[in-house]
Amino acid sequence: MSANLTALAYLIASVLFVMALRGLSSPETARGGNIYGMIGMAIAIITTAINPDVVSYGWILTALVIGGAIGAFIARRIAMTDMPQLVAAFHSLVGLAAVLVAAGAYYNPAAYGIADGSGDLQLASRVEMGIGVVIGAITFSGSIIAFGKLQGLVTGNPVTFPGQHALNALFGAVIVILAVLFAISPDPEWFWAMTALAFVLGFLLIIPIGGADMPVIVSMLNSYSGWAAAGIGFTLENTALIITGALVGSSGAILSYIMCKAMNRSFISVLLGGFGGDAIASTTYSDRPVKAGGAEDAAFIMKNASSVIIVPGYGMAVAQAQHAVREMGDMLKQHGVKVTYAIHPVAGRMPGHMNVLLAEANVSYDEVFELEEINSSFPNTDVAFVIGANDVTNPAAHEPSSPIAGMPILDVDRARTCLFVKRSLSPGYAGIDNDLFYADNTMMLFADAKKMIEDIVKAL
Amino acid sequence: MDVANSIDPFIYRLAIFVLAIFVGYYVVWSVTAALHTPLMSVTNAISSVIIVGALIAAGPVEMSFSKILGIVAIGLAAVNIFGGFLVSQRMLAMYKKKQ
Repeated sequence: MSANLTALAYLIASVLFVMALRGLSSPETARGGNIYGMIGMAIAIITTAINPDVVSYGWILTALVIGGAIGAFIARRIAMTDMPQLVAAFHSLVGLAAVLVAAGAYYNPAAYGIADGSGDLQLASRVEMGIGVVIGAITFSGSIIAFGKLQGLVTGNPVTFPGQHALNALFGAVIVILAVLFAISPDPEWFWAMTALAFVLGFLLIIPIGGADMPVIVSMLNSYSGWAAAGIGFTLENTALIITGALVGSSGAILSYIMCKAMNRSFISVLLGGFGGDAIASTTYSDRPVKAGGAEDAAFIMKNASSVIIVPGYGMAVAQAQHAVREMGDMLKQHGVKVTYAIHPVAGRMPGHMNVLLAEANVSYDEVFELEEINSSFPNTDVAFVIGANDVTNPAAHEPSSPIAGMPILDVDRARTCLFVKRSLSPGYAGIDNDLFYADNTMMLFADAKKMIEDIVKAL
Repeated sequence: MDVANSIDPFIYRLAIFVLAIFVGYYVVWSVTAALHTPLMSVTNAISSVIIVGALIAAGPVEMSFSKILGIVAIGLAAVNIFGGFLVSQRMLAMYKKKQ
């Protein structure tokens, strides 16, 4: 196939990728969009495989079959509650693949047609490769840490130490110097030193970041994996990679922005980390009286309500309570109660986490509403039923002095009654007490979310 | 052609890159918040198009360090491609509207 035909095939693949993302504008078109994505990928792979430079297929097919089988197995078996860690793990693979491809091109630039007269990598490709390989390495190790935190292998608390930011800045500066040295003379020691330091920097960047900031971090790593692909695309002079990298990069950046906005925090403050660590120690637990109730009380209140808004949070994911929640919703509907769901953008550990869990439990997506769509309905609602969503419902966000001041919250305190399922009165991730627990119209339901909701279903 | 007047192909690639960022920007803003998790798994799958670079490294007949790196990268990218698209398909199949 001529170079022109190859480039045209890559263009078709890129357009199909755009259509895959476009499909996600609504659940009806999303499945079709995903098929476009698969076709685009098949076109890109086949086009490259029939390229005259690719002549030996044995190992290629072996790697494809093994990798594909592992991927298909994971995709089939993974629990929906584990999606955040899966996505983090997948990002790490993209990062590592980018590093390996860069190294492959570095050791055999002639295969890619990017060698200079003496058989070395040409200058422009060295600059682009430096950028691609550094971002790829940071994506790889950063995603490993994010995966560890989400899976509970590494502490979800921020890990901070004195001089952390100065150390990171130093690493960053050294990496830039090494990248410049690599551009000047493409010696393997510069290449590997630059790559190794970028791996270390990836670890260092993510360890100070706490669990509830993970939606931002997972989105950011998503973005990085795209920029790494684009960087390698420039090196290899491959338009499919450049376009796809740009699409993915901007997608992740937008998601990070949406998540930061939903917490009213700047991207920089999330990146610097440490949030939620020190605050817990300085919190004064109040011993104000709390109204606590049991499953029967909750069932009675909701049965006699005309409208209930269910507010799921990370607690629902931890307790795997989504199926019980849907069952409770169905029972309430049989009692003539209007049931809807309200989701805060940063509820859970990744963007859209709660939506997927509710979809898995067969909740119709037209009953599920985002913060802006539903927040004005709380004052006219009889019961707000909150499941392990603490900070995103904390009215302290309305007070200027609070650490979460200005964060958009779900106004569950404005509902006539607020039922709050939680294991204890402990503060949420932000480390601040929630006034909601002590409000006159709040009833706390102290229990594991799944058990409590199953008991409520029985009592209904 | 006069060298000073010819455009470096890099500039064309840069133009493609910048325009693709804008396309991505507008397309992703139109993605509904309910599908942000599938968006991440789909973008993850398509960013594995980096496999095309790995295929070229793994293409030559004779075994070399470069070829080994390419083969490993193909394996990693394949996990992502199959895993990413299939898990997206599985998730998207769950989004239903009741009649």
